[in-house]
Amino acid sequence: MSTVTEIAILVLAAFVGFEVISKVPNTLHTPLMSGTNAIHGIVLLGGLLLMHEAHGVLEHGLLVIAIAFGTINIVGGFLVTDRMLGMFKRKPDLPPADQPEQIESGDGKP
Amino acid sequence: MTLSTTATIFLQRANFIDACYIVAFSMFIYGMSGLTGPRTAVRGNKIAAGGMLIAIIATLLTPHVWSGSSTPFLIILGLVIGTAVGAPAARNVKMTAMPQMVALFNGVGGGAVAIIAWIEYRHHFASGLSFWVQKSEIPTLFAAIVGSISFWGSNIAFGKLQEILPGRPIKLPGQSIINLALFCTCVASAIILAAGVHSQALFIIGILLAAAILGNMVVLPIGGADMPVVISLLNAFTGLSAAATGIALNNTAMIVAGMIVGASGTILTNLMAKAMNRSVPAIIAGGFGGAIAAPAAGSEDRGPVRATSPQDVAIQLSYARQVVIAPGYGMAVAQAQHAVRELERALENKGVEVKFAIHPVAGRMPGHMNVLLAEADVPYDLLKEMDEINPEFSRTDVTLVIGANDVTNPAAKNEPGSPIYGMPILEVDKSGSVVVLKRSMASGFAGIDNPLFYDPKTALLFGDAKQSVSEITSEVQGL
Repeated sequence: MSTVTEIAILVLAAFVGFEVISKVPNTLHTPLMSGTNAIHGIVLLGGLLLMHEAHGVLEHGLLVIAIAFGTINIVGGFLVTDRMLGMFKRKPDLPPADQPEQIESGDGKP
Repeated sequence: MTLSTTATIFLQRANFIDACYIVAFSMFIYGMSGLTGPRTAVRGNKIAAGGMLIAIIATLLTPHVWSGSSTPFLIILGLVIGTAVGAPAARNVKMTAMPQMVALFNGVGGGAVAIIAWIEYRHHFASGLSFWVQKSEIPTLFAAIVGSISFWGSNIAFGKLQEILPGRPIKLPGQSIINLALFCTCVASAIILAAGVHSQALFIIGILLAAAILGNMVVLPIGGADMPVVISLLNAFTGLSAAATGIALNNTAMIVAGMIVGASGTILTNLMAKAMNRSVPAIIAGGFGGAIAAPAAGSEDRGPVRATSPQDVAIQLSYARQVVIAPGYGMAVAQAQHAVRELERALENKGVEVKFAIHPVAGRMPGHMNVLLAEADVPYDLLKEMDEINPEFSRTDVTLVIGANDVTNPAAKNEPGSPIYGMPILEVDKSGSVVVLKRSMASGFAGIDNPLFYDPKTALLFGDAKQSVSEITSEVQGL
């Protein structure tokens, strides 16, 4: 692929990124950040692609570290985002929480 | 035998790999667009994770990736170590510690970029490919510099948030000149390398080192209150460096993914800086959060403060029509979010309308308060953003400020001499009365005195936020 094509992809990706991300509400900024954080773990692919070209202990050792780092970034990032997003709940959860109390008091009277 | 060979040939075709990358980055974009609403967000995150899995599998199917006797072992070793470290960390981290966690994950990402750029450089110079020098050298050098800054900067941010390092700004004399010199060293070395020089191995290490010191020096002087900006900026940096690595390695998935992160980090950085009425360069130059020590003298002529008791606050809240709770980092420190949720429930049972006022930079990362309150089961429709809640304060009977300071400081509106003048704030002083929960009379992270505390309609409740809130709740329930 030519460099010009790659830069074109880069520029288009920037516009898509701005477009998509600017619609995210403040409420979700922390999950957004940890989610995008996980995505830049894609640099892991670089480590995978370079490993077979590496020479010597230094390069091999460094690439193992790079792959481990990238994996931490991806696995940790997506898991933690999933955990956080699972916590966001809407208000309709409330009425059922109130009803048992009313039923209890209703049961208590007779 | 023939069948499996055919299958292998098909799988190893470059076109198939490229198609997988296109699917992968489409899934990133589609997944991220799910984050626009809490209901679609969980699925969006899973889709993005699926895209990542496809990208990794496609890469592992690339020809020659497994060639070499030790390669398979080393690749699997790296993946296993990464999963073994990342998964438990993500599962066990407390929501209050989320900013540190994100800083750490960001740091390892930046570290991976820097290492890969370094290896890329070493390797291609050894093989003497002149084509590579023209095409990939600049993105590789960019990735090396920015990745290294991001790695070290994130580690310092982690240290500060985890309170391993002091949260106050650490400043050297002539800091900005040193930073400028380091930055010039990086760029100049990169230019020398690109122009062609004999001792390449030395120069690339020099670049990585200078960038490492720069990363440390840039984040050390930044105070705790500016952390939301720093974390999003470093996130953008890692994204951009990953995109640069993608150009160097001709990998479309890396280019698109890295650039989306770069864009999102840039947007968040600007939003945070705007919410603090400060420019990003001014924050990077440092020396705000705590450096201004002078205004302490002003506190004497402010007059006395009025202290109150949990009983009084409970009565005040129970007979209100609308109560607004304005949380800040103090709530996170005291782990008071669950106690706050209990109070909110108790008040709602009394027929009081409760809303939460969330300032964009409350806490230590963008949206931090929302996550903490969501963890405590507060429905997200009760969480109101600043622009939405500010007109409501005039209709609010009592505002409860829990561990927030600078984001409620009326000096930002009324005192042109104040260091935070012009910063958008939660206009809590417009409500009928204000109760501030505080540990002591110490000023906020910005070190600026808050006239709100001396307002006649403000009462202060001293003590640990969690304990105070629990006491108020039991009083409310007893009424």
